[in-house]
Amino acid sequence: MSEMLRIRDLTKRFGALTAVDNVSLTVGRGEVLGFLGPNGAGKSTTMKMVTGFLPPTSGTAEVCGFEVTRDPIEVKRRVGYLPEGAPLYEDMTPLAFLNFVSEVRGTAAAERTGAIERAAELINITDVMHQPIGTLSKGYKRRVGLAQAIIHDPEVLILDEPTDGLDPNQKHEVRGLISKMAEDKAIVISTHLLEEVEAVCTRATIISRGKIVTDATPEALLAQSRYRNAVNVRTAVAQIEAVTAALDGIEAVDRVETASRGESTAQLVAVPVNGAVILPQVSEALRAGGLGVEEISAERGRLDEVFRVLTVGD
Amino acid sequence: MRVTAAICKRELIAYFSTPLAYVFIVIFLALTGAVTFYFGGFFDRGQADLQVFFSFHPWLYLFLIPAVGMRLWAEERKTGTMELLMTLPVSPTHAVLGKFLASWIFAAIALALTFPMWITVNYLGGPDNGVIVAGYIGSLLMAGAFLSIGCFVSALTRNQVIAFVIAAAVCFLFMMSGLELVLAAFKGWAPDFLVDLIASLSFLTHFEGIIKGVVDIRDVIYLVSAMVIFLFANRLVIDLKRGD
Repeated sequence: MSEMLRIRDLTKRFGALTAVDNVSLTVGRGEVLGFLGPNGAGKSTTMKMVTGFLPPTSGTAEVCGFEVTRDPIEVKRRVGYLPEGAPLYEDMTPLAFLNFVSEVRGTAAAERTGAIERAAELINITDVMHQPIGTLSKGYKRRVGLAQAIIHDPEVLILDEPTDGLDPNQKHEVRGLISKMAEDKAIVISTHLLEEVEAVCTRATIISRGKIVTDATPEALLAQSRYRNAVNVRTAVAQIEAVTAALDGIEAVDRVETASRGESTAQLVAVPVNGAVILPQVSEALRAGGLGVEEISAERGRLDEVFRVLTVGD
Repeated sequence: MRVTAAICKRELIAYFSTPLAYVFIVIFLALTGAVTFYFGGFFDRGQADLQVFFSFHPWLYLFLIPAVGMRLWAEERKTGTMELLMTLPVSPTHAVLGKFLASWIFAAIALALTFPMWITVNYLGGPDNGVIVAGYIGSLLMAGAFLSIGCFVSALTRNQVIAFVIAAAVCFLFMMSGLELVLAAFKGWAPDFLVDLIASLSFLTHFEGIIKGVVDIRDVIYLVSAMVIFLFANRLVIDLKRGD
């Protein structure tokens, strides 16, 4: 795996505040790195330094071997960047805007139309190419921002909250697009949406108060969850105590929680000791006790819970 | 070069995609005509020249030019497109030049549209057209110097109104520095050479030389260096104040 983006000891201080604290990471071709963290953790600041917008206080960021403070123009040529909030020139039409971007990026005039059409089709904005950007919906604006980032087919793609403001269908589309482009690019996306990490990322880095707290595959993150392999059981309210007792009797079960309680049914969660697989024992115990249940399912783990544990209270 | 041209083109189109361009041009033309004929007594002078026409330009530029320059950078900061522009493979110098050139070309278009004045004097009499050309060159250089101040101030803030007011104030000081109004503040205490230096910084003194038909290379160099200095300051501000 060739490393296309390499960040070493990157630090940014604003006065007394350390926004990014010694962040190091590498992203290779074919990887989609999910950059996670609470608001204000330093995700956007890190991206701004890597793309050459903000100068780092110390440390370096290299894109395809070019160091961003030494060769900013070379880095910017190779990076496609969607800034936070997808700022755009609202007085222009997407067509004029994309034309401007590819002109500045040095695409030859003859190839420009083709490049714009390709990006517009890929991002699905062909029907609004002649409307002023300021009049477009939030979803379209975000997609115009994405089109701008991929118009030169960059080797490294850095997207700050690419699906923010999109409806579920558009989110699905953009995620599909990211996965498709991932084959020959190195992609970094920042997001608050944990399901996005599971959907598109090959690796997730969680950053909290400027520091990286974990860097792992989404699967490995799920394995850290207390709810790894927990079993959900939906049963009649009348049976709650009997089922709880039966589940508690299993050796590998740490404890049983009542997740929700409705009029007629309740949802119980059997949390295993150290993420052990307990589904067979649970169904065995229920059968042995003659307890009928409406639904039974195992969990892979809960990313939101892992995220909270890692970013709160330390 | 390519990048500068692309940015210049974008900015120029941006002027004409809002009413600002049209409002500016109409008001500029109406005012140049009004002041020339009413305050300047164009007909009463009985001379076929554009002396009075040009002599009012600095006063019109004083509040019209900051309006042309105010949005150039302040708007980029406010809407966040600064980040977009500065993460494209663009050197700050190219961006500064592209924006300045767009605003200068815009001012040149407005100035060129005063050509009926030139036709009028040629119809009424036989003016020295060389002096008139010198006047246009001087006026364009003056507009460029004011615009470079406007660009620089616009880069300092995200608020266009503040950019306008400060740019107008700075232009006013530079324009008036040859007059008693500003000099009196220094005369009591400052050494003579400093007072002379401040007096020689006046845009007005340099401009008046040119519109009389004397294109003194020193006056041209003065106005061009003012542009270079303020555009350089503009570039520094862009580098120093990225994130705000």
